[in-house]
Amino acid sequence: MTAQNPLLAVEGVETYYGNIIALRGVDIAVFEGEIVTLIGANGAGKSTLMMTICGNPQARKGRIVYDGEDITHLPTHDIMQRSIAQSPEGRRIFPRMTVMENLQMGALVTDGASFDADLQRVFDLFPRLKERQHQRGGTLSGGEQQMLAIGRALMSRPRLLLLDEPSLGLAPMVVKQIFEVIKDLNREEGLTVFLVEQNAFHALRLAHRGYVMVNGQITMSGTGAELLARPEVRAAYLEGGRKEAAE
Amino acid sequence: MEYFVQQLINGVTLGSIYGLIAIGYTMVYGIIGMINFAHGDIFMVSAFIALTVFLIMLAIGVTALPLILLAVLIISMIFTSVWGWTVERMAYRPLRGSFRLAPLITAIGMSITLQNFVQLTQGARVKPLPPQITGGITLMQGDAETGSIVVQLSYMQIIIIVTTVVLMAGFSMLISKTSLGRAQRACEQDAKMASLLGVNVDRTISLTFVMGAALAAVAGVMFLLYYGVIDFYIGFIAGVKAFTAAVLGGIGSLPGAMLGGLAIGLIETFWSGYFSVEYKDVAAFSILAITLIFLPSGLLGKPEVEKV
Repeated sequence: MTAQNPLLAVEGVETYYGNIIALRGVDIAVFEGEIVTLIGANGAGKSTLMMTICGNPQARKGRIVYDGEDITHLPTHDIMQRSIAQSPEGRRIFPRMTVMENLQMGALVTDGASFDADLQRVFDLFPRLKERQHQRGGTLSGGEQQMLAIGRALMSRPRLLLLDEPSLGLAPMVVKQIFEVIKDLNREEGLTVFLVEQNAFHALRLAHRGYVMVNGQITMSGTGAELLARPEVRAAYLEGGRKEAAE
Repeated sequence: MEYFVQQLINGVTLGSIYGLIAIGYTMVYGIIGMINFAHGDIFMVSAFIALTVFLIMLAIGVTALPLILLAVLIISMIFTSVWGWTVERMAYRPLRGSFRLAPLITAIGMSITLQNFVQLTQGARVKPLPPQITGGITLMQGDAETGSIVVQLSYMQIIIIVTTVVLMAGFSMLISKTSLGRAQRACEQDAKMASLLGVNVDRTISLTFVMGAALAAVAGVMFLLYYGVIDFYIGFIAGVKAFTAAVLGGIGSLPGAMLGGLAIGLIETFWSGYFSVEYKDVAAFSILAITLIFLPSGLLGKPEVEKV
């Protein structure tokens, strides 16, 4: 039965910044074991949705249900203790903490029993972080910071990983490496991933299903392959994306 | 030479007390970017709590001094922490997210409120406490012929300096090594991200106030024992000095607060000893001004540059 119920369900969510509406009734479902991507232009409301799921800002209308529980009005820190982790937009590494301390922060919600194993897993995924473990977060390169942001999220042993624009501002090689890691985590460990991306081509190829957001509303949804084939999607989001992929 | 050593001892003692109070300023500033002007008055309240507990203990016939001191210290720390927590909860938390000046003005109001509350309930006169810990070690014998003086390190001074060193070492460990300290630093650097990692930011801020108040309580107890007189105004003066110490050391930096406290204590004592007592505050603040001209973020402060 649980396979029929989504792990994460966003139902008719409206979010406001002051009086300005940012999300206009968004519906999204993410099932256990899936990679679901949300693509859209700058300012469409993708990151707002990501943060609304985490309760900051909270949805003014609609519901967010995680694993059968209504989390719409819980405070952020409560939501994050329910095996949801987010690697946010802009990475938000703690700049004056070492790589190791950043990872320890990620493990804060766990009881600490599996810390060593989790750390090993992150270092296996991103050997670069191991080399840099005593360095301050602020001194890392953009790609390393992104690895750290994902590694930090993984340290909490999430069932649902929310990834906000992991490819932003990174070299194509690094993007490729990060997307490989996401794919492996999903395939080998069954990690459920909700991925927000501007890099539509990569994201749709990686994801099982995708949603397109325009101006705070979902305008299209379907499997990754379906969306990739849609002419509107190609016209709006893939010009240039393909060129980048060919490099 | 003897005079110098004696002033050095006095200065380090005074600096220890300033340093303990300064930590409260610097930690609160670090985590919410606000100067808690009521912190000096929390220190003053703790001295009154300590005096009250002292008198109660004596009245009920407890005579063992170590027992009294321990009880005074623990009870003062607990009650002062509650004060610190309450002030944050009532006066500052409702203003979180409003414009920057609002909590600052509230803090000044809180400071005035606390002073007047104590003045009304305890009276405006100074309250004495007879010396409890007397005696000390004579480090250098005076000599009437050469005009040198006796250098004394009193037991009270030893207690103050040792307690401060132990507390500061323990506190630094707490901040740098424990998950509580990490959560605190995380809130300081990026509160939104900290909440995304499951940190209860409000509770962490409350805890910061509680810790600052507990350290101020230790300072209050030691102030009471060392000087033997307190009044409702000591918090203002010590608060301004400790705040100066925090800024001098680099506000937001823990080692900076300790160093700044020590520096202010030494400057004041030496200036009083060699030049004039009247101008000791002028000296302390002048050094602050000069330091800030050349090191705008203080001695150990970090400049606000971050790679994005």
